[in-house]
Amino acid sequence: MMLPQASTVAPNVDHLFDTLLALCALVVVGVFTVMIVFCVKYRRGTDAVRTPARQHLGVELTWTLVPFFLFMGIFGWSVHLWIRLRTPPKDAQPVYVVAKQWMWKVQHPGGQREIDQLHVPVGQPVRLVMTSQDVIHSFYVPAFRVKQDVLPGRYTQLWFTATQAGSYDLFCAEFCGTDHSRMRGRVVAMPPADYARWLHAHQGTGLAAQGADLFRQLGCSGCHDPQSGVHAPDLYDLYGRTVPLADGSQVRADERYLHDSILLPKKQVAAGYAPIMPSFEGRIGEEDVLALVAYLKTRTHAAEDPDEHR
Amino acid sequence: MSTVEPRLPRSYLEEGFGLRSWLLTHDHKRIGVLYGIGITFFFFLGGLAAALIRWELVTPAGDLMSAETYNKAFTFHGVVMVWFFLIPSIPATLGNFLLPLMIGARDVAFPRLNLFSWYLYMAGGLFTLACLVLGGVDTGWTFYTPFSTMFSNTHVILVAVGVFVVGFSSIFTGLNFIVTVHTMRAPGMTWMRLPLFVWSMYAVALVMILATPVLAMTLALIALERLFGVGIFDPALGGDPLLFQHFFWFYSHPAVYIMILPAMGVVSELITAGARRRIFGYRFMVYAIIGIAVVGFLVWGHHMFVAGQSMYASIVFSILSFIIAVPSAIKVFNWTATLYKGDIGFDAPMLYALGFVGLFMLGGLTGLFLAATALDVSLTDTYFVVAHFHYIMVGGAVMAYLGGIHFWWPKITGRLYSEAWARFAAILMFFGFNLTFFPQYILGWEGMPRRYHEYLPQFQVWNVLSSAGATILGVAYLLPFGYLAWSLRHGARAGPNPWDATGLEWRTGSPPPLHNFDRPPEVDEGPYAYRR
Amino acid sequence: MNAHAHPVPEQFDDPVQQREAATLGMWAFLATEILFFGVLFAGYTYCRVLFPQAFAAASRHTDMLLGTIETAVLLTSSCAVALSVREVQLGGRRMAVALLGLAALLGTSFLVMHGFEYYAEYGEGLIPGIHYTQQGIYARGIEVFYCLYYFITGFHSIHVAVGVALMLAMAWRTWHRAFDPDYHTPLELTALYWHLVDIVWIFVYPVIYLVGRAG
Repeated sequence: MMLPQASTVAPNVDHLFDTLLALCALVVVGVFTVMIVFCVKYRRGTDAVRTPARQHLGVELTWTLVPFFLFMGIFGWSVHLWIRLRTPPKDAQPVYVVAKQWMWKVQHPGGQREIDQLHVPVGQPVRLVMTSQDVIHSFYVPAFRVKQDVLPGRYTQLWFTATQAGSYDLFCAEFCGTDHSRMRGRVVAMPPADYARWLHAHQGTGLAAQGADLFRQLGCSGCHDPQSGVHAPDLYDLYGRTVPLADGSQVRADERYLHDSILLPKKQVAAGYAPIMPSFEGRIGEEDVLALVAYLKTRTHAAEDPDEHR
Repeated sequence: MSTVEPRLPRSYLEEGFGLRSWLLTHDHKRIGVLYGIGITFFFFLGGLAAALIRWELVTPAGDLMSAETYNKAFTFHGVVMVWFFLIPSIPATLGNFLLPLMIGARDVAFPRLNLFSWYLYMAGGLFTLACLVLGGVDTGWTFYTPFSTMFSNTHVILVAVGVFVVGFSSIFTGLNFIVTVHTMRAPGMTWMRLPLFVWSMYAVALVMILATPVLAMTLALIALERLFGVGIFDPALGGDPLLFQHFFWFYSHPAVYIMILPAMGVVSELITAGARRRIFGYRFMVYAIIGIAVVGFLVWGHHMFVAGQSMYASIVFSILSFIIAVPSAIKVFNWTATLYKGDIGFDAPMLYALGFVGLFMLGGLTGLFLAATALDVSLTDTYFVVAHFHYIMVGGAVMAYLGGIHFWWPKITGRLYSEAWARFAAILMFFGFNLTFFPQYILGWEGMPRRYHEYLPQFQVWNVLSSAGATILGVAYLLPFGYLAWSLRHGARAGPNPWDATGLEWRTGSPPPLHNFDRPPEVDEGPYAYRR
Repeated sequence: MNAHAHPVPEQFDDPVQQREAATLGMWAFLATEILFFGVLFAGYTYCRVLFPQAFAAASRHTDMLLGTIETAVLLTSSCAVALSVREVQLGGRRMAVALLGLAALLGTSFLVMHGFEYYAEYGEGLIPGIHYTQQGIYARGIEVFYCLYYFITGFHSIHVAVGVALMLAMAWRTWHRAFDPDYHTPLELTALYWHLVDIVWIFVYPVIYLVGRAG
């Protein structure tokens, strides 16, 4: 059985793997041959020439330095690939993943929800933004050669571009309790046209729209809307901006910052505001946080009806 | 030996026969034997758990036992094998027995502390065993938070206490070894005349005293977090689970070198004696040992490439992990070169040593795949990792331990075992081992995650092969039990030096007298002074 | 009984070797101790980076007056132990016993003062997991701080308690003429241990009591 190479990075990873494998095989065969030759030739009782041992500085240095430089070469190659694996392309489509004992919950920006399944388009980079509701899990798709631990209390990300349509295994790779081995799923890569059809068929309320609803239901708008009497930031055009904090430091308003500001509002207080926001930890789940984050990312002056701000 | 042998002084085995004379002994040799008994006990228990795991994995469905039991079984296997077998195996058994003999001392520096550390080991071991058998723990030996602190409903605290106690046993052993090597060497035994086994014990002792406290405190913090629901590891409490992983691996990676460095020391003794030749590049071997021990403290982050640590931290840990592979490569080349122009006999210890070199090389080379960040992304937490560390731990450390036991058995017991059986067992073990663990490399590359109770049908072929290999391996491990026990009563008497080996331990009786030497030995040449 | 009759254990050749071994053993043990505390300081540093403000606020909660007195007490006791070793080296006995007694007394008073601190903090609801009533912005970070505070000071206090017991034992042995200028290794090693306990406190004091008060 050969593992399919179903992502853009898979052939590169395999190339490195195969090269290293060939190199190691060469070393193994070489050392074993030498060992066997010595063992036969110098076995007890033969009349091979046996002069006393000497020190060989040159030999020692050779087999110290040659492996060293070989290793550095492999290291360089690997790091080059590693940086690529860790840097999502700018145009990658975000998909949100929440792991919990023992299932994968997926939310697309269009509101489509899936459990233990992930539908992705072929040929388009996808960036997974992942968090866990409980313990550490790990999102692992062997056919794509990608894996990333999913931690509670923070977002980790993973990206890939599927290259072949098909259905691939998804595993949880970090031990997470009793049914760890059942925390499996499928990643379905579809041609873009099919994918568009699938999205359409499963359309729900968009994630950002869900977030907007939550924003009202949970009472966020009571303080954060411009008309509110409470002195609170209005959160417009917040995503991606640099926010000065009360302690004098600065932070970029990324997904993690938004997440933490909802669940642990006192952790990083924006400068000029009193730390009066209640914590939503334990009151809303990670999926709702994701919806809120998705909404906040779209909360821009440009996107909203200008009439509202007259 | 001549027939008019002078009457040898009483051996350490004849200094009292009652249970008391053993349980209250201060003699490093008896303590070594006591450790040997304890370790063997835990080895077979851990092996039993391994058998259960392999048996379950014969079929893809989880049909032999429940997922819960399976998780407890692999945790049991890991905890027992790591802390109660591998870490104390060579240092506490062979190290205790041989270290003073090899440097020409009468005993270790602190004999009472030595005995105390055995009691700690047994107390911690039996306590942990009771917890594991009566309740069980399902976190894996790595105790990752927040699973271990907030989500597992098993006896995590009790097992942590047991491991904590055993940690002190290894700290005290390490302390004893360091002081013994520094202050108790015989006249003329300079540092550069120390056998490599002593060097490896010294390096291991350093790692033991400097790394073990970190584990102890980390486990204490876990217990605290579970008891009071406050702490620094659980994100729900404001902590960071990665901090736990950093602390844990800061101990547990050096712990890997606690397991393999002694094995390297043993094999250096075995190969030189088997080939009757000086070790090739003694100085480089010493530097390699020290280099591994030191750099071993700086590579822990390679367990966390996909755990969420920063990309740049991973790059640094990756390059350090490649660097630490260099001294290991040097050692393999030097062992091979030692065979050159040797006078090679193939007694059982030599077979173990040669098997070790081969398996260690396979384990070490596959380590390069895991050090390469881009490949580790795919391979980590799969069976590839499982195969890799079993090649090092079982193929390396256990083979060396058994080789050492065979090599020094005549010294320890004064008897010779059946050479034919011993060779048969060594060869069977080599094949059984490869059949068990080589398929796991393939499984890992094909994507089977570790710690899986059930798996997808496409993985079955390799799993069945692995389980078949495990059966052979299990039989091979039982064999020495039989013929070594037999030799205790029926084996021929070994002279002081049955292998015609150098080293101070062979210059005294087999078994040695209470204080090791009749006259304090004097050393006037380097180690491995074979004629070749 | 004369100290010259002190038998050298059979594994050693002579008293010099025994002394060397004992001293090196103690140093190795101290290295281990540093790693024990090192983990706690590493954890502290890490969490302080996570919650800089809360740690500063929590640190202002601690009782600096008591903390300062405790520091002075430990430093004085360390000095007393050092002097008592010196006294024994010069052949003295009564003075050495008195100094050891003083050091043990100071150690005990250190523990008592810590007890008062803990008691006061219990009253304020500052004991995470048992009695914790803090509310407000930094409650979470303060909880982490106090968690580490109890762990670090508690672990240190265990060491102080062991040290007090050791010093009493040494005082007893000194009184019974177990030591003389030629042989006093146990006393020396006890002093070494006590200095380590002191040095650890010198690191604990600023990170716990002073850090939030600077500037």
